[in-house]
Amino acid sequence: MQKRNVLAGILAVTAISFLLSSCVTVKEYQKNKINDAEMELSARKVEKGENSFQTYTEGASGANGGKVGGGCGCN
Amino acid sequence: MRKICLTVVGSFLLFINSFGQSSADSTSDYHSSILRLEETNLVSNYYSQTGNHSAITGGIGTQQLNDYSNIIELKYVKWGLMDRKTTWNFDVGLDHHTAASSAYVSKSGASKTGGTRFYPSADFQVENNEKRTTFGLGAALSFEYTYQSYSVNALYSKHSVDKNSEFSAKANIFLDAVKMVYPSELRPVTSAVTSASSGGGSTPGIPSKLRSTFAASFTFSHVVNKNMQVAFIGDVVAQGGYLGLPFHRVYFTNKTVGVERLPSSRFKLPVGVRFNYFAGDKVIFRTYYRYYADSWGISAHTASIETAVKITPFLSVSPFYRYYTQTTSDYFDPKYGRPVTAAYFTSNYDYSAFNSNYEGINFRFTPLKGLFGITSLSMIEFRYGHYVQTTGLKGNNFSLNLRFK
Repeated sequence: MQKRNVLAGILAVTAISFLLSSCVTVKEYQKNKINDAEMELSARKVEKGENSFQTYTEGASGANGGKVGGGCGCN
Repeated sequence: MRKICLTVVGSFLLFINSFGQSSADSTSDYHSSILRLEETNLVSNYYSQTGNHSAITGGIGTQQLNDYSNIIELKYVKWGLMDRKTTWNFDVGLDHHTAASSAYVSKSGASKTGGTRFYPSADFQVENNEKRTTFGLGAALSFEYTYQSYSVNALYSKHSVDKNSEFSAKANIFLDAVKMVYPSELRPVTSAVTSASSGGGSTPGIPSKLRSTFAASFTFSHVVNKNMQVAFIGDVVAQGGYLGLPFHRVYFTNKTVGVERLPSSRFKLPVGVRFNYFAGDKVIFRTYYRYYADSWGISAHTASIETAVKITPFLSVSPFYRYYTQTTSDYFDPKYGRPVTAAYFTSNYDYSAFNSNYEGINFRFTPLKGLFGITSLSMIEFRYGHYVQTTGLKGNNFSLNLRFK
């Protein structure tokens, strides 16, 4: 398990390095694709129900803008 | 239940009709100094599941459940001095579920199986364009028969000059009360209760225990280039108080029965990343990964991918897949698996080791001039997903989002 976590960490650092190295300044008029509704960096509103049942049936929660354990008799 | 749903939907449509002609104003560049309704969302959801590991019956027993939920979200906006934008959000949610296992809170299986949850919330945000900051405050309530919750939250965010990066921090405090409804054979003789989840029984004098949750969420989002953007999300969550549920049975190795007992504190650390990529002109990849660890011994990985294909500029179809895996909690054992001498114990399979797969499809339609004569209807989204756990739990989820502007 620990080896897997180390590997995941290395992959994450590599991915972040790759992303940051490919960063460019994007002007407002170049953001027609970035501003597309499908590109939103959050869960869709229509996903509320599935986020809820997953919080009730799985041990993990959080880091998705939804429930973190308070406010419901969930995990 | 059908009557409740129809009433909610009917009231909502009547309400929408009352401002159906105002869309031209609300979508113009004009910044109103009067508080105006900018957007309304109706989110309806139906979820059903089957399984055979109910915690109420000690880890073996039906998990048959149906849940209907309706949420109405209203977003009001006004512009003030110095080009400051103030947004008010008002949400009201109503869930109703029937859970077969709830019947077995009483040993005879005679308890009621239905329950309703009502959860309103309100928040406001002030966006200062000059300082590039947003500040917000909010409050939420949740009421169901065995569980009440009161929460407040505060939000702060700041974006870069070129609006390509944004950092936000949010703090949440939940103060909850769990009504101590025990299984009938373990119930103190003074309390007379017929259900774990509905108000149908005689309930005076049932004590509650408190649960508090403090959560801090941090997000850093960044536009990588014209086609891709990424967000790093981290939560720090600390919980204290009564963290179990009193109607969850545990059968010990010596064949005696007790009630789930879990530590009075829990620390959770979920971290996630979202990465979206617009490939070509018609395909968008929405990806998400989360690592989770907590002080009860659970660690979990979640990965999902959704591929949105734009069939036309107004219609997109998105098949999706989500994989989830978790390790077992230190306190979980199946029925008859835990000695009575253990300090903590649960047979709730949510805390067992398992994997799950969730797959389905999402349709999003954004009509230019509305639909069904309702010109303010700006978006319809339908989503279906099928869920399977290696514990044997299976579920189907149907969701609908109607957006009015």
